[in-house]
Amino acid sequence: MAQWIDIGSEADLQADSGVCALVETTQVAIFYMPKDNKVYAINNYDPFSKAYVLSRGLIGDLEGKIMVASPIYKQHFNLETGQCFEDDTVRVDCYGVRIENGRVEVSLTE
Amino acid sequence: MNNKQTLVVIGNGMVGQHFLTGLMTSSLRKTYEVVTFCEENRVAYDRVHLTEFFSGKTAEDLSLVEGDFFEENGITIHIGDKAKTIDRARKLVTSEKGVTIAYDKIILATGSYPFVPPIPGHQREQCLVYRTIEDLETITKIAKKSKVGAVVGGGLLGLEAAKALKDLGLKTHIVQFAPRLMAVQVDEGGGTMLEKKIEDLGISVHTSKNTTKIVNGKSCFHKMNFADGGELETDIILFSAGIRPRDNLASASGLALGARGGIQIDNQCRTSDPDIFAIGECAIWQGQIFGLVAPGYAMARTVVNVLEGGDAEFTGADMSTKLKLMGVDVASIGDAHAHTKDALIYTYQNGADEVYKRLVVSSDKKQLLGAVLVGDASGYGTLLQYCLNEIELPEHPDSLILPSRSDESVGLGVDALPDSAQICSCHDVSKGQICSAVESGCMTLGALKDETKAATGCGGCSALLKSVLDSELEKAGIEVNTDICEHFAHTRQDLYNLVMVEEIKTFDELLENHGQGRGCEVCRQAVGSILASYWNEYVLEKNHLSLQDTNDTFLANMQKDGTYSVVPRMTGGEVSPDGLIAVGQIAKKYKLYTKITGGQRVDLFGARVDQLPPIWKELIDAGFESGHAYGKSLRTVKSCVGSTWCRFGVDDSVGLAVELENRYKGLRAPHKIKFAVSGCTRECAEAQGKDIGIIATESGWNLYVCGNGGMKPRHGDLFATDLDKETLIKYIDRVLIFYVRTADRLQRTSVWMENMEGGLDYLKSVVIDDKLNISASLETQMQHVVDSYQCEWKTTLESEEKLKRFRHFVNSDKTDENIVFVEERGQIRPADEEEREHFKLVEVA
Repeated sequence: MAQWIDIGSEADLQADSGVCALVETTQVAIFYMPKDNKVYAINNYDPFSKAYVLSRGLIGDLEGKIMVASPIYKQHFNLETGQCFEDDTVRVDCYGVRIENGRVEVSLTE
Repeated sequence: MNNKQTLVVIGNGMVGQHFLTGLMTSSLRKTYEVVTFCEENRVAYDRVHLTEFFSGKTAEDLSLVEGDFFEENGITIHIGDKAKTIDRARKLVTSEKGVTIAYDKIILATGSYPFVPPIPGHQREQCLVYRTIEDLETITKIAKKSKVGAVVGGGLLGLEAAKALKDLGLKTHIVQFAPRLMAVQVDEGGGTMLEKKIEDLGISVHTSKNTTKIVNGKSCFHKMNFADGGELETDIILFSAGIRPRDNLASASGLALGARGGIQIDNQCRTSDPDIFAIGECAIWQGQIFGLVAPGYAMARTVVNVLEGGDAEFTGADMSTKLKLMGVDVASIGDAHAHTKDALIYTYQNGADEVYKRLVVSSDKKQLLGAVLVGDASGYGTLLQYCLNEIELPEHPDSLILPSRSDESVGLGVDALPDSAQICSCHDVSKGQICSAVESGCMTLGALKDETKAATGCGGCSALLKSVLDSELEKAGIEVNTDICEHFAHTRQDLYNLVMVEEIKTFDELLENHGQGRGCEVCRQAVGSILASYWNEYVLEKNHLSLQDTNDTFLANMQKDGTYSVVPRMTGGEVSPDGLIAVGQIAKKYKLYTKITGGQRVDLFGARVDQLPPIWKELIDAGFESGHAYGKSLRTVKSCVGSTWCRFGVDDSVGLAVELENRYKGLRAPHKIKFAVSGCTRECAEAQGKDIGIIATESGWNLYVCGNGGMKPRHGDLFATDLDKETLIKYIDRVLIFYVRTADRLQRTSVWMENMEGGLDYLKSVVIDDKLNISASLETQMQHVVDSYQCEWKTTLESEEKLKRFRHFVNSDKTDENIVFVEERGQIRPADEEEREHFKLVEVA
């Protein structure tokens, strides 16, 4: 069963941008698209630069798929699957995330 | 054992050097042991652009020899030594300094010398010629103590020389023996118009003047007496009355000469001795001497081919010319004087705009034989192609010179040109070569220039080159997609115009009205930059935040490990001891790695995102402000120490640099912008390698634009000379905003210039002559940016809300434990992967 962990309020998120939360020992990048009423969570680790920076990338969509662009070497990751657009063999972990009554919750097992 | 043959090239001018370059890229590279004599103390340089020496170019800029050309190709060059005798019987060349070489082949490229009419008094002091860099140095020296200068000769070179004297601040006269200027190239009507235009520029023109004597003057150093009884007082006399081939060495060696001099050559450029060739201005072919560089180059190419065993022939050359002198366009094509039997003449004369055009057409009105253009040479490219390729003229040939008052185009479609049509005469590039370059993937003007060298000489063919490119792409069905990304079917320039015209202030508004989808890092950043350039609002404003790259979001430069570097502004590279101490103390306190940047300031590395606000708080308290090192914006204005301290300095370069940096700081642009100001022509600030470069001269500031260092260095173009500060700033305002409005995303000014149709001349016409009538709007926009400047760090520190962003975790005060430093040379650096693993193990243990 999914375990939801509170990481803060909706106001702590950045519209059309990302923040990083520490969930247990995992760095989770959380992106918020208020116009679509959507929130996404992936691991903050950028496998190309080996730095924990994905939450600081620009977001948007490519060919209709929601993505974040790494701020270091600019590879794109699908926010729904974690799949890297440029390299089929690279994928980052995705997590469950939801907004309940103005609170943001993350589940590492969802 | 060496069984190579020895080839001696006598003369290292433009043509001699062109021959060597051609030889080294041919199959003959390894066939010959090559020796060359260069009489001047400088190896080959660009004599065609010699005048630019006066407007700031150095001998080095004009050099035609790249790097270690001679060493790399194993060519022995004797600089400052000339061949004195050729012993054809024993096949030996002996030089003035006593070098003797046994030769197999000789190429004579001895060039020409300026003709000085034997007027009594022509050998007086301060009677000079205009041919070499040494000549120019002498002219400069004497001009300093002179007030008046006279050029004898009103041909192409004479006009160039007159411009040079005018630029040196002299009251300038042209004394012409013939009844009009440029008598060889233009007819009477054109000559009259040209004379009027030159006089408008403040140069006095005296035609039909036969100088009989030069004697001591009263108010000036010389007095020139004319056959008609008139006289002229002047301090300098510059002879520019044509050239004469340097054929004395050939003559002494018994080679056949033309009736009035010149080394006789056949179609293979061979002299009367089959082992000796002659090329360039020293040679005479079918009674003709060619005083232009292009025919000389053609001869050089012919000889390389003949030596290779090919069947190339030199068959004469087109002597059409186009030049822009002191802003006056003059062009002459083919049979300008209508010497052809029964030729028909069409003339268009516009007294108000001072334009004169003449067409010489065959009696059946089908072929263009020649043309003269004065005041407007924009039709030169088209007319030249008609003439050279014998393309049939339109029904009414005069439509080619009459001003078009309707939308109908009278230009020649490039499709009409055969593949053999020469598009670039400087580098002999044909339409066919351009087409195949396009086919192999050159889709932009810049790429084409790189690949074919077309339009990189005088640049006169760049508009034609662009037409060929456009037409080829269209034919190939290649639509060049200039959309910025999948979210906007617009170029950056379109988006800029939309923002301007519709007064759009946010990305969402632009996306809703003109785009689709959610945007991406490409369009978000581009639009973020456009909005910042135009409105200049705080970049971390709620509506703009999601458009900023991480560097702009955190107002610092992200490094490979996710930490940031911090750069406080030090205008003009100036920093007080207290400032330096404060920076040092802050760096020490936060354990930052410090390095001096190329832009003359201090970069502090290794700051975690949560450390940025406290570091900036301390920097601002110490009097610093944001250096915008993170932005696509003005970075630095580098300067040398200038006249304040330097004993060579001509003007206060640091003062100007500080003023300019303060004016333009914060200007967001398509890419970063770097400036430099040098206090004298020694150029210690390396201004000619910057987007905007300024060099002090005795009489003002010289402005260079669109230079670049880095991956693809580009020498800045000299844009304007001897400016006062007010005009300088006006021009920079206009150039920068025009760049901001029209460049592609992430396009530096150097690439912007390379891709600009019309190039430097076009930019000058927009900025200096206000051709588009936008200079007021360009200046207003810049003033808005200047007036609305804010230090982004100061604004950020004042907002609790904004500071919330500067934490690694939104839900914890912990920091990123993966950021690990080790020590190297007494400072920190990011740990590599192995070191990081080691560190983790130690932690666990």
